[in-house]
Amino acid sequence: MATIDLLGKQIEVDADGNLVNLDDWNEDIAKEIARTEGIPELTDRHWLVINFMRKEFIEKGDGPTVRRLTKESGVGTKELYALFPKGPAKKAARIGGIPKPKGCV
Amino acid sequence: MSEETKYEPIKKVSIIISKGTLEGVYPGLIMANGARMEGIEANLFFTFFGLDAIVNKSMDHLHVATVGNPAMHIPTIIGALPGMSAFATSKMMKEMEKLDIPPAREFITMIHDAGCKIFACKATVDMFHLKKEDFCEEVDDVITVGQFYEESAGASIIFT
Repeated sequence: MATIDLLGKQIEVDADGNLVNLDDWNEDIAKEIARTEGIPELTDRHWLVINFMRKEFIEKGDGPTVRRLTKESGVGTKELYALFPKGPAKKAARIGGIPKPKGCV
Repeated sequence: MSEETKYEPIKKVSIIISKGTLEGVYPGLIMANGARMEGIEANLFFTFFGLDAIVNKSMDHLHVATVGNPAMHIPTIIGALPGMSAFATSKMMKEMEKLDIPPAREFITMIHDAGCKIFACKATVDMFHLKKEDFCEEVDDVITVGQFYEESAGASIIFT
């Protein structure tokens, strides 16, 4: 399994580059991953999405689809794409330290 | 050094939807939405009966074709019975809902909000005598095939 250097620590990542262990994640790690993904600052709206993603993954074993994000996170589709321009589910999952969601929508 | 060839990732797609059945429309919608989910730029171009998916009056009533579709695995004569298409459609919609695939109107809104542009084919619009007000509000423009190719600059074109 590959590792990446985040804040001076070697952290295990999967083939998509997402963290393997939930416990390796914390808010500073999230901010650091966000920076590498071109999001210089995480706002309250970003955190709302990231925390929703983590909660869903911990409860259900998979991150939510964009449709569920739109309907249940409290952040609509347009804003989701404004917050995470390169794909909300994919990028919020990476920043949130969970695997890329498996759903097709 | 690895000998594996490194290909450029896809950056943009233009997806054409030319059929008006449920199974004719959804693959294109799922691919357009999936492209945006991956951060890929996307256009949707509706032509011929595909226009049914963006016309207000028909978009909430897309149906599965139960006749002339060998993959349904039912005899054509059974598929032609009244109510068969409605039955197959409602079953398929339920299965799709389980996968979080929304009804057409909601899906079109979601895809448009995701930044995918939505176009109607001018030749078909003229042929069917449709007007701008017949379309759902997400339709960005009615364009010619030439304009479609211009909009598709740099894109992979996918015909469905």
